Amino acid sequence: MYSEKVMDHFKNPRNMGEIENPQGVGTVGNAKCGDIMRMYLDIDEDGVIREAKFKTFGCGAAIATSSMATELVTGKTVKEALLVTNRAVMEALDGLPPAKVHCSLLAEEAIHAALWDYANRHGIVIEGLKEPVEDIEELE
Amino acid sequence: MKPFLYLDNAATTQMDPEVFESMKPYFMEYYGNPSSIYQVAQECRRAIEDARQEVAAVIGARPEEIYFTSGGSESDNWAIQAAAQANRKKGKHIITSKIEHHAVLHTCAYLETQGYEVTYLDVDEYGIVDLAQLRESIRPDTVLISVMAANNEIGSIQPIAEIGKIAREYGVLFHTDAVQAYGHIPLDVEAMQIDLLSASAHKIHGPKGVGMLYIRKGVKLMPLMHGGAQERRKRAGTHNVPGIVGFGAAARRAQAGMQEAMERQSRLRDYVIGRIETEIPFAILNGHRTKRLPNNAHICFRFIEGESMLILLDEAGICASSGSACTSGSLDPSHVLLAIGRPHEIAHGSLRLTLSDAVTKEDLDGAVEALKGIVARLRDMSPLYEDYLKKQQEDAYVQ
Ligand code: FES
Repeated sequence: MYSEKVMDHFKNPRNMGEIENPQGVGTVGNAKCGDIMRMYLDIDEDGVIREAKFKTFGCGAAIATSSMATELVTGKTVKEALLVTNRAVMEALDGLPPAKVHCSLLAEEAIHAALWDYANRHGIVIEGLKEPVEDIEELE
Repeated sequence: MKPFLYLDNAATTQMDPEVFESMKPYFMEYYGNPSSIYQVAQECRRAIEDARQEVAAVIGARPEEIYFTSGGSESDNWAIQAAAQANRKKGKHIITSKIEHHAVLHTCAYLETQGYEVTYLDVDEYGIVDLAQLRESIRPDTVLISVMAANNEIGSIQPIAEIGKIAREYGVLFHTDAVQAYGHIPLDVEAMQIDLLSASAHKIHGPKGVGMLYIRKGVKLMPLMHGGAQERRKRAGTHNVPGIVGFGAAARRAQAGMQEAMERQSRLRDYVIGRIETEIPFAILNGHRTKRLPNNAHICFRFIEGESMLILLDEAGICASSGSACTSGSLDPSHVLLAIGRPHEIAHGSLRLTLSDAVTKEDLDGAVEALKGIVARLRDMSPLYEDYLKKQQEDAYVQ
């Protein structure tokens, strides 16, 4: 039911783990399926994401989308990272089964939550970034 | 296909080679329609009646009380809808439990849209229905009690004889979904005062697509299928002759080997549960320790989610299942695990291993080893586990 890319990222997740003193960290969940995703970002003075790491409690698609999302945001500026939408993550994974689309939404929202935390810590406003929700069901 | 270890015998079983042999002549040799008059059809009729006898013997029923169907779900649908229909003058109240198979629960939900009222009995933390609550729930307009013999997820065995006794005392029909129990544990429709019982062939190493409904003699039920005189005019449709023959052979096999299989499988079940409980931290057994199907081990692993666990087990060549949301297409956690009081996040990390005679202790040792690695790996990835460890550290620091 999963594409080869999804299986690859699920079995060999990239950037799994924690960042010691992250510039931003965000946790989001989906109360309905119970899955939870946490994203850590290390961002340099120029606002470039040096490193992204994740931890996920969830299904195969949730783990694969977290892994892909960390790959996609690494090396990007904060502004560019906002363009890493759930669609972008899904496309990079060659698609997800319909029941699993929400898992990619979790990944998008986890990035936003981590960026929001980063902005708060540094007292800056990231244009176009809305306050993230804790439970992504509210978005669906 | 790569070799694999099959630990999902509650989902379906591998067909027994002898069962398969018994079916073979009824595809190409004796292919007559059993309702026809010529000799090749007569042989089919005879084979069906032999099978009926063998299927009946497993539950102490008379052959004429067995009605062949397409499987457990059809039997459940038929029993409940027809019992409700037949007694609607008496009332429109049905009692069932919260942990029934969806074939029962969804049929009840359908009847609710048709003006019936349904009481869903609670179960205790082991997944066993509350007899006092059953008694209190019976009303003058109650027409049916439907409680499964053994649960398909957590394997808990219900007090069927006691339920039968209560039902008889109040003059209410009693149906039991015995799809998981039939041929696995002793059942007796007389001693247990069962009026209607559903069973299926493919859970006892028989073919898929055939099952039966036992209807106690004297119980009047509407047919579910119309259009033919088969099955004493109650279930129209040309007989699935090879399937029915296979069901008979599987029933005979199950009956003959039941005692030995129960002893062997429950030993292995307790062995695998024991190893998991001692060697994998935060593992919680679901269901009752002894009042459970001999082949069922069902465990929740805290901090991890079921689907990821199943995919990794599959990678390791092990077929198992989970009551987890993500696997079943619906996202909600298992209604059975919620009914026994497991919180959502724990219910998500559940694993069901169901054994057969083919499974050995060495197989289970291999499965436990694989599982240990998989659980550790997923916990390593889990933000819930991270939070738990941090909290442990903080608590230790405070002290
Ligand atoms: S099923 Fe909800 S995140 Fe995958």
